[in-house]
Amino acid sequence: MANDLQSSKAQTAIAKTAVAFDRPLNLACGFELTTHELVYETYGKLNSSHTNAILICHALSGDHHAAGVDSEGKSGWWDHYIGPGKPIDTNRFFVVCPNNIGSCFGSTGPNSINPATGKHWGADFPALEVSDWVESQVFLMEHLEIDCWAAVVGGSLGGMQAMHWSVVHPEKLQHAVVIAASLRLSAQNIAFNEIARRAIQSDVNFRDGQYLEHQTSPKDGLALARMIGHLTYLSDHALGRKFGRLVRNGDLDAAQKELVEFEISSYLNYQGDKFAKGFDANSYILITKMLDYFDLVKNYKNDPLATFSNAKCQFLVVSFSSDWRFSPKCSEEITDALIGADKNVSYLRIESDQGHDAFLLPDARYENGVSLYLNRVADQIEAEQP
Amino acid sequence: MINNNGFIGDWIIENSRVLDLGCGDGSLLETLTNKHQVRGYGLEIDPDSISQCIGRGVNVIEQDLNEGLENFADASFDTVVMMQTLQALRYPHLVLDEMLRIGKQCIVTFPNFGHWRTRADLVISGRMPVTKRLSYQWYDTPNIHFFTYKDFEALCLERNINIVNRNFVGGRASDLGLDNIWPNLFAHTAVYRLSK
Repeated sequence: MANDLQSSKAQTAIAKTAVAFDRPLNLACGFELTTHELVYETYGKLNSSHTNAILICHALSGDHHAAGVDSEGKSGWWDHYIGPGKPIDTNRFFVVCPNNIGSCFGSTGPNSINPATGKHWGADFPALEVSDWVESQVFLMEHLEIDCWAAVVGGSLGGMQAMHWSVVHPEKLQHAVVIAASLRLSAQNIAFNEIARRAIQSDVNFRDGQYLEHQTSPKDGLALARMIGHLTYLSDHALGRKFGRLVRNGDLDAAQKELVEFEISSYLNYQGDKFAKGFDANSYILITKMLDYFDLVKNYKNDPLATFSNAKCQFLVVSFSSDWRFSPKCSEEITDALIGADKNVSYLRIESDQGHDAFLLPDARYENGVSLYLNRVADQIEAEQP
Repeated sequence: MINNNGFIGDWIIENSRVLDLGCGDGSLLETLTNKHQVRGYGLEIDPDSISQCIGRGVNVIEQDLNEGLENFADASFDTVVMMQTLQALRYPHLVLDEMLRIGKQCIVTFPNFGHWRTRADLVISGRMPVTKRLSYQWYDTPNIHFFTYKDFEALCLERNINIVNRNFVGGRASDLGLDNIWPNLFAHTAVYRLSK
């Protein structure tokens, strides 16, 4: 059914693998994806009863490289939190992080060849929803012969996947760690995503999304989209602390100020350009729409309590005080629903000035909270091991 | 303090839902979960206490009681407990009202400022008492309201709060039964079970 395409150990701690599934994945939009491939990394060892596996769900721009240093010398996007002795301890857990479909780091997405046409999917790649990522992750879980995750863990869009798992596959996870997430996007969130998409679509090189066929690249549009997005992931306070009104080039005292470049301008341009080199514009459009479509409670008469009533796992919910994309209020709505639905839940509201990005960054309290929570999970698993 | 909550336990129904306001290290909820199989949640804001709760597997919610409890539905808990926290709240009377809205019954404990030792401190030295149980200096104390059990009962009367049970704890005075004969003098801690 599924066969490994390659298996290599780039670094001691990383096992990078790809798997191709030749059975169809029925997408929420009605389209049947006849085959698909997932690239994923694993860290740590699966125990003999296959009970110590943790699924890491990446967010909008994430990939399978969550931890360790890869063959190109690049650190994983959550390296601070995953590794030996770290909060998600690879000495105790078998950690799995796939790149999800629709993204652009090796798993099936707009850059892949559409078997029906022999050309790149491009903008024709079917619309995706969070449920599609989760169902694809179920394929991976079966491939790895894991019946139940010890925990499904994710921040932002990753947290939405973790919640979706808890509601739709209650038997398949023991714990959900939901970080800086929300039950659904606000109008403001959707608006930021729409501005980002418009920026990409306005680039003359976008060519209605078929830029690969035209051998062009909407890099400026994608860079602009990312600059907007990146800015919303930071807090005013942290920006002021890091950049203030510092000038990188030119002189604010000069009569002619054309040459003045602020540090923040340089930083944002750099971040935008760097991102545009590594990410795909169609994936960005696809995944921001996926965020917009996400609404965990819609199918449960908009009742958050009813939504979680079938969940069986235990929850850790985490928010960050200066996150204004998915503010503590969003996490508190999740927490209140879980309490109302009589589920085990702990909630941490971490004081941080790092905005939404805080979920990726070092923070003593955040690390300690996740670590204490997952160590208990590991203690239980190890006590039950034959 | 209240010796592993002997009598609090008597007031807790098996398999019921318990909300502990200011749950500290989570030891009360842990005991109630082990002994009475309650489904409990603790509210706490002290980071170290929150860590201890997570470490022992107690559900802990980081939430400040002074910022309200509107997120909890009416009668959504069987019991709402608040141990030794009332005196540290900005508006104790409003929190009491909220507790009675959320819980079918409430259990409250607080230090009795009428205890002979605190009275003696104030009368003899002329200074605010600093005792073993109220060990803070006046300028640096989380305990911003000082009241006796009589004050508390006057508040209950005023707000139509029903006192279902009360108990007094008086350390060595308890051995002589003095805390229940003359509670305002010999009880250092008062324990109330309340309903609407």
